[in-house]
This record gives sequence, C-alpha cells and structure tokens, in this order.
Amino acid sequence: MSAAHTATTAVAQEVDHRALRFLTAGSVDDGKSTLIGRLLFDSRAILADQLDTLEKRAAGQPIDLSLLTDGLEAEREQGITIDVAYRYFATKQRKFIIADAPGHEQYTRNMVTAAAGSDAAVVLVDITKLDTHAKPVALLPQTRRHALLAHLLRVPSIVFAVNKLDAIADPQPAFEAVREALQGFAEQAGIAVAGIIPVSALRGDNVTTPLAADWYQGPSLLQLLESLPTTQERKTGNLLLPVQYVAREGEGTGNQPRTLWGRIAHGQVKAGDQVQLFPSGQVATVAEVRRAGEVVDVCVAGESAGIVLDRQIDVSRGDWIATPQSVKDSNRFAATLAWLDTEPAVVGRKYWVRHGNRWVQARIASIESRLDIHTLQATDTHELAVNDIGRVVIETQQPLPVEPYQDNRVGGSLIIVDPASNRTSGALLVQAAA
Amino acid sequence: MNAPVSVEKLLPELDRRHLDWLEEEAIFILRETVAAFERPALLFSGGKDSCVVLRLAEKAFKNSLGNGEFKGRLPFPLLHVDTGHNFPEVIEFRDRRVAEMGERLVVGHLEDSIKRGTIRLSHPLESRNGHQTVTLLEAIEEHRFDVLMGGARRDEEKARAKERIFSHRDSFGQWQPKEQRPELWTLFNTRIKPGEHMRAFPISNWTELDVWLYIARENIPLPNLYYAHDRQVVRRKGLMVPVTDVTPVQAGETVETAQVRFRTVGDMTCTCPVESPAATPAEIVAETLTVTISERGATRMDDRTSDASMERRKKEGYF
Repeated sequence: MSAAHTATTAVAQEVDHRALRFLTAGSVDDGKSTLIGRLLFDSRAILADQLDTLEKRAAGQPIDLSLLTDGLEAEREQGITIDVAYRYFATKQRKFIIADAPGHEQYTRNMVTAAAGSDAAVVLVDITKLDTHAKPVALLPQTRRHALLAHLLRVPSIVFAVNKLDAIADPQPAFEAVREALQGFAEQAGIAVAGIIPVSALRGDNVTTPLAADWYQGPSLLQLLESLPTTQERKTGNLLLPVQYVAREGEGTGNQPRTLWGRIAHGQVKAGDQVQLFPSGQVATVAEVRRAGEVVDVCVAGESAGIVLDRQIDVSRGDWIATPQSVKDSNRFAATLAWLDTEPAVVGRKYWVRHGNRWVQARIASIESRLDIHTLQATDTHELAVNDIGRVVIETQQPLPVEPYQDNRVGGSLIIVDPASNRTSGALLVQAAA
Repeated sequence: MNAPVSVEKLLPELDRRHLDWLEEEAIFILRETVAAFERPALLFSGGKDSCVVLRLAEKAFKNSLGNGEFKGRLPFPLLHVDTGHNFPEVIEFRDRRVAEMGERLVVGHLEDSIKRGTIRLSHPLESRNGHQTVTLLEAIEEHRFDVLMGGARRDEEKARAKERIFSHRDSFGQWQPKEQRPELWTLFNTRIKPGEHMRAFPISNWTELDVWLYIARENIPLPNLYYAHDRQVVRRKGLMVPVTDVTPVQAGETVETAQVRFRTVGDMTCTCPVESPAATPAEIVAETLTVTISERGATRMDDRTSDASMERRKKEGYF
C-alpha cells in the first residue's frame, strides 16, 4: 500500500463508519461474478460448506467462483446473471454490501435497481474483448451504458476495473491504452472517475492483494473501496420530510396525539420549529420529536422522525413537512427517464408516479430526446423503448414539491408505474421545473 | 442467561454504527408496509430472526417505557404456520411471548390442511417443511392478508440473496424471479391487484452476525434451545440429528448426549443443532465471528437435496 493511499484511508475512517454499498456492472462474461467471488473468497466471507459445494462441482478443475453468486436455476443453466444478488463482507476497516448487477442488456432494469441505492459503482472492462492496438481503443457499448447509467443516477464514485489481465501477454501497454480510452470517455461524458484499476479476478491479482508488477503503483481494488465515501445527506439548511406513516390516535397508547413519521430528506427538526405542510400550505409548530418510540431533542437527515404538531391539522401519508416558504411545487417538470419496461413509453397515456410517499397520476407530456450511448449525444425522438434513456416532460395530476435530482435525491426521484400491469416501468430524475 | 451485554464492550464503533443503520432501515420498511397495505401480518415463529423483527416492530409502532418494555399493541396480527413438528420449547415460547406482549396471534395448522385434503403426505414422518406453503397460502386467503412481513435475510441462501425487499406474489402466491420489479431508491412499488399479495423483508440486509449482535444489544428473549444445552443426538450424513418422536433413531445408529445449541429453529424433521458451549448472546457472537460453516449448511437437511431447492420452494410460495 502506498503511503499516500494509507493516509487517505485513515482520514476516511475517522469520519465514515457506514457500510459502503457498491454495485458491480459490466458486459456478459466480463467476470463480474468471478470478481465478487474473489472479494468474498479473499476476505473469508465464504464458508467451508459453500466452498465444498464448489469444489465438488469443479471435480478437480479450479473452482468457479462465479457459482457463488449465480443463485437462480436459470442463471446456472444459461451461465449468466439475471438478477441483482446482494452479498455481504467486511474487512477490519469497513463493511460492504455488494449489489451484483447483471450485464445482459435484457436485464438493464436490474442494473438501474442496483445503482439507485449505491455509494459506488465498479464497472468491469474485459480487456481481452478490446483491440488495445487501436487508437483510440473502442470501448464496448455496455461499458459506456453502465458507466453512464451509474453517472445519471448520481452514484457518487465510479470505478473501472480492467479485468482479465492474466490473459494478456504484455499487460502494461494494453492497460495503458484502455485507461486512456476510459479517461477520454469519462471526460466527454462528464463522469468523475474514482479509479481505474487493473485486476485479474480469476487469479486474484490486485483485487485484495496488490499487483506484483513494477508498472503499477496504485491501490488494489479493495484498498480503493475501503477509502471511498458513503452517500451523506445534507443535515443543515431547510427541512424536507415526506410523511410516510401517520400513527393514529389511540392504538392502545392512551390519548396520544397523532405522530407523523417520515425519513428526513434534508435538514433537521426539533421541538419549537415552525413547519409548513404540503400540499395544504398550513403552518404549525413542532411540539415533540420522536425517534423509534422515544422522545428526542433533534432528528437529522437520513433518520426517521416522528413529529407531533402543536395543533390538529389534517395530514396524511404522502404529504411533505418543510421549513416554511422553502418548497416550490409544480405539476410540470423536465426529467431524465430511464425506461425499464418491455412495453414502450406512450406519450399522453396515464401512468402512476410515486414521489416521496405520494402516488399521483401523471402523463408523459412529451419525449424530447433520446441519449445515444455510442456518441453520448441527445438525438431527436418521440419514442423510448426498453433500456432507453431520454429527456421528457412530465405532467402530474397534483402539484409535487420536486427538486433537481442533483441537489437532492429524495426530492428529485420518482418511479413511473404502468397502471395496467403494475410493473415499475421507469425511473425519473428531475432536471428542473419546466 | 439473558443478562444485558454492553454493546460498547462487544462492538467496535464500525459495527455499532452499522447496527444503527440496519435498525433505521428495518423500521422504515416496517412503517412503509403498514402504511401502504390494508391487511398486513407479521410472520412470527418464535425463531431468532422473527424475534428480532418483532422487537423492530415494537420500536416502529409502540412507545418505549424506558425499561425495555413497550406500551400499546402492534397495528397487525402475528401469523405462524405450525407444521405440527415444531419443537415444543419454541411453541411454548411463542405463546408466552405473545401473551406477555398482549399481541394477536393467528395460527395456521398444517394438520388442518391435511384434514381438508389440500396436503397429502407420502408417508407419515415425511418432512413437513415444504408443505407449509399450502397452509401459509390458505391462511393468507382466509384472513385476506395483503402483505406478510418476515425475517428472511439475503445472507441465508443464494435464492434469498436475489429477492427484493418488497417481493411481489401472484394470485397463486408464486414468486417470479425473472419478473421482479426494479427496486429504485426507497420508492417501493407496493401496488398489487386483488388476490395478489406482497412479502416484505425488513431485515434483508442483516447477516447472522448482525442478528446476534442485535439480540445481545437489545436483550431480546429467545427460546432456550438457541443456547447451549444437553441433547440426545445421532450422527447422520455429517449432521447431528436430534432424537425426537419424528426423527427416531435408525438401525445401527448410536445415541449420544452432546452439548449443543440451535443456530436456526425450523421444523423438527429438518433442523439440526451444532455442538457448542455458548450459553449467552455474547458467547454466540464470539462463536459466530469464527464460524466456518454457513447457517443453513450446518443445520438444514432439506436444503441439501439440490442447489435450487430453496428457489423451487419459493417459486411455489414458500417464505
């Protein structure tokens, strides 16, 4: 471990004790499952009986670490990952939750699922699939798509793991060429890259143990992951709290007033604060703040607060509690839409959308453009099909206090649901009020 | 046996913060479930995971009295599917806890499904674990539950690792692994059609170690067979099989008395103890930190049939 890297890790540890949630993405056969198997295996998160099963299957051959994560019958039949699998491991420095996302284009919705809750994304790049002599090296579409999706969903740290180094005769120039191509792509797309790491998941090189090569002085993948920040909510400034659950009066607790429960999106709340309710616009004072059954002085962003108001106001699930005059609501806004349904998006059709804890009817007023993942240019279109990402204008039946996604994830994210099938058809990221 | 354990002593700050985070997430999911559905129920078997979920539910819905007790009643009933092959200690514990807490318990008896003819056993001592799906779905239909909260964890098994926090079940109670809804941020899509239901898993992200750390921290009561005790067992296919009415000694087997505890408590016909002197949650935490066999690998006979046995059962509606 380099001295510089040790320092970064130490600083991160002082402030950030939370588990790092990261996803792995990449094309089919890039070795994602093997990489995760390697992380689990080398950090001793695989137990003897699980290893025993793999050894029996391997029948004398080297064990296939990918079998640890491909848990569904159809996955083992086809040798591909269909759905997100969640895995857990820990080092002395940190706990990790891996969302193992599939690479196959057909299952992009699951990659989006994994990205939406993640602090970091590890995008695998199979170096054997690239012509490393070309100038510049042409990246695979799925590498671009996955990095772009992670970027659009504002996954804070994006890491490229350049895999299968063991299969390359002269790895240094090949890695350098791919690194240049990745950096060029990232700059063009505006993606801040947290690291480009050469690895061999199969052999275990530079995954948990540093690469034994004089041409690479950087951290191993695990060292980098140990030093990345987790997503922190904004704990100061205006309060924004979506009401999740109203604990009704009585319910065996005596003559208690109603408690309005919700996870704070940003800011904090304490007794005596003035708050405004949306959509009613009424103003009240916070009489008491509760947390998990106890009265507390203050609750901050990321925590679920129970708010008792000083007067009886009609509040229900789906409403928002905020600092007075701090919220603007709108029933028309521009958004990035990641379309996940096999039924294409239909302009003018009524869908359900969920914003915070509120469900309202909405329609796609217009589809402005579609992102071409090869050129990263917006192209004119009026259609979005499965796996497309586009810019749309949304109209909702009631005004919603939407905020730009880049300022606030809770205020800026919505899901869109097909009312006929109840499928989650798309993810909406608010750009600005239109 | 259940003396409170100082978490500060037991846990470095890393783990303590993580436990707080897991608790926060679980309470959020429990409130979401109760807010979004009309007829929820909490699966409560008396096992350690469901005891943890029960404590989280108290924190989510009741007011603390400050002495580890809570006042009020949960806004949903508890549901247990009794295979008739449960350990008597666990049933006794289940009924005692429910009475102490003043909660409502609904029990679906597998025996009733057998009488109705909806379950037919191929032989009387057959494992009833797989059959409980039928009784579970019958209970859901009878009580018109639209969501069941349960203590399943993704670290238990490969098929479970794939499951969403809100898991949609069709009108036959089936899980469709290829048709799972994308789960984006915490904007859970809880919309269902009449006849369908949802399963909600508030402790999806917990591991066996997290569960024991939480039991120690919260001083959560458990059935005594989770702690070291002497028990008559026989060795069979690498497992220690408890000698009971439904798992009798077979020809050529030798009965021995061993000091054991159960890591998981399910149907008697398929649950095995492990050798252990650990008699307190803190001792079990210490043991779990160094364990080399997974929870299911050490204790479950039914998961050994094939790599996909859990997935197949889940597709049919198993929890």
